[in-house]
Amino acid sequence: MTATAADFGIAFARVAFVMMFILNLGGLLTWVERKQSAIMQDRIGANRASILGFRIMGLFHPLADAIKMLTKEDFLPARADRFLFKMAPFVSVFFGLVAFASIPFGDTLRLGDRVIPLQAVTLNVGVLYVFAMLSLGVYGVMMAGWSSSNNFALLGGQRAAALMISAEIAIGASIMGVIMVYGSLDLMEIVRAQGAALLPRVFGAWIPAWGLLTQPLAFILFVTAGIAATKRIPFDMPEGESEIIGYFVEYSGMKFGMFAMADFLETVVIAGLTTSLFLGGWQVPYLQPAGFAFPWGATLHLPQAVVALLQVGAFSLKVVVMIFIMMLVRWTLPRFRYDQAMRLGWLGLFPLSILNIVMTGLVLLLVGSDS
Amino acid sequence: MTAERSPRPPGTHPRSEPASRAPLPRSPLQRFYLREVLSGLGLTAAHFFRNMRLHTARALGRKDAHGAVTIQYPEERRPYSPRLRSLHRLVRREDGSPRCVACMMCETVCPARCIYIVADEHPNPEIEKMPARFDIDLGKCVFCGFCVEACPEDAIRMDTGILEFSSYSRGGMIYTKETLLSLEPAGPDGVPTSPVPIPAGRTVVGP
Repeated sequence: MTATAADFGIAFARVAFVMMFILNLGGLLTWVERKQSAIMQDRIGANRASILGFRIMGLFHPLADAIKMLTKEDFLPARADRFLFKMAPFVSVFFGLVAFASIPFGDTLRLGDRVIPLQAVTLNVGVLYVFAMLSLGVYGVMMAGWSSSNNFALLGGQRAAALMISAEIAIGASIMGVIMVYGSLDLMEIVRAQGAALLPRVFGAWIPAWGLLTQPLAFILFVTAGIAATKRIPFDMPEGESEIIGYFVEYSGMKFGMFAMADFLETVVIAGLTTSLFLGGWQVPYLQPAGFAFPWGATLHLPQAVVALLQVGAFSLKVVVMIFIMMLVRWTLPRFRYDQAMRLGWLGLFPLSILNIVMTGLVLLLVGSDS
Repeated sequence: MTAERSPRPPGTHPRSEPASRAPLPRSPLQRFYLREVLSGLGLTAAHFFRNMRLHTARALGRKDAHGAVTIQYPEERRPYSPRLRSLHRLVRREDGSPRCVACMMCETVCPARCIYIVADEHPNPEIEKMPARFDIDLGKCVFCGFCVEACPEDAIRMDTGILEFSSYSRGGMIYTKETLLSLEPAGPDGVPTSPVPIPAGRTVVGP
């Protein structure tokens, strides 16, 4: 009986860690967005919210935002579908939250005779699960657009659906190459395979086989389509605040805040997925389960807890760098027009993804499976 | 004046001429768009890291490092021009009485009709009149400066440097003779030397 209680505790801790990770990071992104855009544009950014005179670089602004949104009027349009209207933001946030579950944040951890994989849910179809959850997230947006009984909201929801289809197809097709190279749908296995050496007969053990190096084209396609999946600039036609305001035009208060939060959560999920598929996930270069094994022969033995900490730290760092890049894109590029985004998705990303699959197959045939 | 400087016909400014009408160059590399995206990202990232370095240097004590062009307004002010038209003041004689002789020139010339003067006899027989009341409704004032130009006695000036005189009530925007007389001209850098006046009826909120 004690074993089951311990198992339950471990499972709870795994889920809690992922929840805290994604929620805190997602909440912090409002601050990151303000500050990073300000520094990019030679500004200072929001810095006035203070508690007892302490401002700590505007870190209280997310708190002030939350208080503002929670105390605002919760508006319900007279002709709205009440149930769907209230459901929509929860659907958006829920699928943004659960999508992270199968992304591993570390290798397995051995506690006594227990082997704990450091991810919230161990799934052998982890990639498909994340995509399924990301795709379901658009239902919240469509529900919001339809149930608001507002034509602009409906336009926004319809645009979100169209964008999601064109982006999801490109996402799915672009990672086919990754799956072919690493031979698994389990994200843990994909990350573990990226710890191997790239072309050991050519480079020795110097270069780890990260997805960025084995699948550079897929990386670009995936990041582009992933940014489209987050519905943020330059792919924010569902929102389009300068033209239709978008699917949440009738929302106010915390429900509106939840839509904004869902965008940030999806940003974290896409960053985590990109990290797992292309940036080696929790892999630290040359770090083996027993410690560092450098290609010039030196080894550094490390206890297992240190290795796990290094891996979790590496994963977090990579996610943060990826988020930085996505924010950089968001604050650099102007918005695509609706037809431009469709053309990019269907005539740009999708054929290139197919080309990538074909080329990956050819290379795998020529090089052999030991690459 | 523009005609002297530019002899070319109107509407043909040199900067509006080149390449803007030409069709956009469309090399395959540019159509692919990725290189352009990367150069744009490089530009913004360079700004980010340069400013980040400057912010860090400032936080470490280098006061000459500026990572942003922002002026933190209530605490910092940019120096105002000496020609800035700010809150009016009534110039005083040596005995403290207003220099104004209630000639009504400013009230007459005021396009917003925001000046209201009631004339009175001056105790000194050499001075014809003085204002018994001199009210300026700053809620109406358009800060054109005509009153200053019209005044034959140099009795009204707009050089206090005071720009913050908002109010929660219309009555609070009406400045009386006493308030206007108490104001001092701004310092050489445009910083107001007189305390911001608070007329009757104005509600003060915050520091």
